[in-house]
Amino acid sequence: MLARNNPQLNRHDELIHLLSIEGLPQAVLHHILDTAGTFLSVNEREVKKVPLLRGKSVFNLFFENSTRTRTTFEIAAKRLSADVINLDIARSSTAKGESLLDTIANLSAMHADMFVVRHGESGAPYLIAQHCAPHVHVVNAGDGRHAHPTQGLLDMYTIRHYKRDFRNLTVAVVGDIVHSRVARSDIHALTTLGVPEIRAVGPKTLVPGDLKEMGVRVCHDMAEGIRDADVIIMLRLQNERMSGAMLPSAGEFFKTYGLTLEKLALAKPDAIVMHPGPINRGVEIDSAVADGEQSVILPQVTFGIAVRMAVMSIIAGNTP
Amino acid sequence: MSALHLDAEALYGELLAAVRALVQPGSVLVGIWRGGAWLAERLHRDLQLAGEHGVITSALHRDDFSSRGLAASADPTRLPFEVEGRHIVLVDDVLHTGRTIRAVINELYDFGRPASVALVVLVDRGGRELPICAACSAARVTLPAGQRLRLARAADGRFSFEIR
Repeated sequence: MLARNNPQLNRHDELIHLLSIEGLPQAVLHHILDTAGTFLSVNEREVKKVPLLRGKSVFNLFFENSTRTRTTFEIAAKRLSADVINLDIARSSTAKGESLLDTIANLSAMHADMFVVRHGESGAPYLIAQHCAPHVHVVNAGDGRHAHPTQGLLDMYTIRHYKRDFRNLTVAVVGDIVHSRVARSDIHALTTLGVPEIRAVGPKTLVPGDLKEMGVRVCHDMAEGIRDADVIIMLRLQNERMSGAMLPSAGEFFKTYGLTLEKLALAKPDAIVMHPGPINRGVEIDSAVADGEQSVILPQVTFGIAVRMAVMSIIAGNTP
Repeated sequence: MSALHLDAEALYGELLAAVRALVQPGSVLVGIWRGGAWLAERLHRDLQLAGEHGVITSALHRDDFSSRGLAASADPTRLPFEVEGRHIVLVDDVLHTGRTIRAVINELYDFGRPASVALVVLVDRGGRELPICAACSAARVTLPAGQRLRLARAADGRFSFEIR
């Protein structure tokens, strides 16, 4: 019944959960991006609401904190007319010792229709998708170091919006790639959409060597990494990495890999600069770049709502 | 299945005359994606109306979403004018159950409150399930419920009907 053992797709290759971009056909990705285009215009209407998820209950299950992602999912669900229930799960059931699957069973008994899951453990959304009722849909809002598919999709939407065609682009992903689920989702999406040159740029401690097997060019030299790039995706440097002896200091990182106007001049003149946020000014990106003409960081946030509306409405309309 | 013959080009001529009598100053044509959008485009040109015509899709307001899901290929609604206070003339190729029209009116209201909404169609095939009727239709036919009828447009812009 499960097409090619991909639990995200039904037997007609339609999306019923969004767990990871890995393994999704190109047509599914394009369908999501096209649908997001429709919803982008909904967000500019007098009435910013359509009734596709009317009467459905969307549960935001954030086992790990993330105000921004949770809020954009909440806005997206509400603009689709769903009822949204935010559970501060980290501080309730889990703290009392309830297992993940018991939590899901209880919430299912409350007639949930969709779970949006953020979890510190890689694979937790898969586990939920495998054990929830057949009519329930699951969206991965970030699991461990594994995947953050809606961020990957909104990044692809942003690139397509500014660059139109993926098939002649050079995209550089810069920074802490080894810990980044965003980087992983971006690389899978870029590969599926046919980007010919994907570069992973950063110090040896933060860029895994096995990326080469995925067709990614690994660059430890910043100038080489961003030269003639069409798109630069900067990643957030997580402060906790500094203490783990993976990096000498934030200042040192900025000197070598921080994106300044001077380094940006190496990329194509019309290159765009992206960042999943929240940004650390003066650590991975200079304010002059973050607030500059080539930055599309705030449009990414706007597109993120439309992309999440597209994902939720597509999976809710498909049956297992 | 039937020997039904519908000459779409001849019917278009009749529709054009009827719409010419219907439009008033400030009227704007809005074609329902997809056949209706082709009709509105040609009517707008033939009637030499000012401004641009609109295109509207029922995709976001359909009542069969839970069973059919989201349409994969509808163009988004494009209304390049103020809806508030306008006389809107909706254009569609075939009027059947009326459910598409209901969805499209809801979609229209997401953009504002029109002064009036009228509906013109090339063919009214009966079978209504909602209290909706067209201000004018170039033809009325009766078809079995399961049969599909829709407009096609050739490369040279000429219309014909597909009956399946």
